[in-house]
Amino acid sequence: MSRKRTTKGTEIVATPHFLVHSPKDNVGVVVVEGLKAGTDMLGVITETDKTLKLKSKADIPIGHKVALKPLKKGDTVIKYGEDIGKMVADAGVGEHVHIQNLKTKRW
Amino acid sequence: MSSKSNGKRAKSGGNLSFHGWRRENGRVGVRNHVVILPLDDLSNASCEAVANNIKGTLALPHAYGRLQFGKDLDLHFRTLIGAGSNPNVAAVVVIGIEESWTKRVVDGIAKTGKPVIGFGIEGHGDVATIARASYKAKEFVQWASDLRREECSIEDLWVSTKCGESDTTTGLSSCPTVGNMYDKLIPKGIYGCFGETSEITGAEHIAKERAINAKIGEKWMKVFKAYQDEVIEAHKVDDLSDSQPTKGNIAGGLTTIEEKALGNLEKIGRKCKFIDVLEPAEAPSSGPGLYYMDTSSAAAECVTLMAAAGYVVHTFPTGQGNVIGNPILPVIKISGNPKTVRTMAEHIDLDVTGILRREQTLDTAGDALIDMIIRTANGRLTAAEALGHREFVMTKLYRSA
Repeated sequence: MSRKRTTKGTEIVATPHFLVHSPKDNVGVVVVEGLKAGTDMLGVITETDKTLKLKSKADIPIGHKVALKPLKKGDTVIKYGEDIGKMVADAGVGEHVHIQNLKTKRW
Repeated sequence: MSSKSNGKRAKSGGNLSFHGWRRENGRVGVRNHVVILPLDDLSNASCEAVANNIKGTLALPHAYGRLQFGKDLDLHFRTLIGAGSNPNVAAVVVIGIEESWTKRVVDGIAKTGKPVIGFGIEGHGDVATIARASYKAKEFVQWASDLRREECSIEDLWVSTKCGESDTTTGLSSCPTVGNMYDKLIPKGIYGCFGETSEITGAEHIAKERAINAKIGEKWMKVFKAYQDEVIEAHKVDDLSDSQPTKGNIAGGLTTIEEKALGNLEKIGRKCKFIDVLEPAEAPSSGPGLYYMDTSSAAAECVTLMAAAGYVVHTFPTGQGNVIGNPILPVIKISGNPKTVRTMAEHIDLDVTGILRREQTLDTAGDALIDMIIRTANGRLTAAEALGHREFVMTKLYRSA
């Protein structure tokens, strides 16, 4: 569902399916609505403008996180290049990371 | 709708100016309200009756003001006096159940030099009080409506920020849009303000580093730790995962408080440093620059405290669609969530969804926000104003006596 469009004259760029804040991150954020499992996704790391490709393994709602690396129970999840909590269940690459497998280290 | 413009207005990037009302104390307002201010919950009925009698006046009903004491009472007075003193307010009629505390609010507001008068209900009753206050309110509103806006430069603008119903799109788009605006306008001499003490949890190391010097950094850390010890640790029954993030945050994809805090801090940009730490509703007194205020993260409480500190335009990033407004402080809603912009369009003043599609840069989004701030300052009603959102909510520190 990535639409082709033209910007800056002749350069052809595609709308990303997910964005990643920092190259250190192990999760990205889905930024399109209705993403289905099995989609070949385009991602952009906003800090560096680098692109990456990934296949989604779950239906992931807009705004929700996708695993960029295999995440095991106990692993620290990194977003914005910072610690945002720990995995309490495993998630493979392309899977949905949210309250079912990620929890705060605070409070 | 949100990006269209009509007629002549200031463009961002160049010589920024706006038209506002310069008040007796030199501060500049962008609205010209005549407020009917209740000292306490008991006086709401009279205030609302006066506002109904005299067109163009605005009552600010609220829930408290009886049997408060200590720091909680100080905050109550600071909030009421601050709201009345805000330069978006031209004149004030205060009504209280008795005259002594009413006078305390009147005397506080009178320091600005603006017209203010108080009425006590005891010994007169509601009906006579409403009559006496209405005559004065009519005089004030006709006087205020005769005042003219004048051209003012950007450093006369005090712009606060707080986000609400955040999701992961706020951290990617609307919050860094506010940050970009502050990075551009703070060096031009405006006053800025951010707060939300609970929502810095997980990013306190980053917030501390953004203080202007080590002394202010320590002052900030003391406020943050006091909040953790006196509020969270004293009252929590679980890890707060049920309240922070909120259900709306979680629906939007935010999982932990750390993740929410990192997105929240995007509002202060890349370059600005905060120059002081304010008590709730405390007016800044260290000159132009960015301030931190110790506030709750609940939208209406936080924005009411910032209004009481004297801020005249508020920027409010939202992901899932918080609909909050404030009676005296115009609240500009910014969203980068395409679903929210589509399903709740009437609430959004600035659409920054282009950032998620990589069609818009943070730099152009920041310029668009500056443009919207200037238009709002010049008189454009925000979505929240047009929809009648007037959430005036006092912060309560503990139970009354």
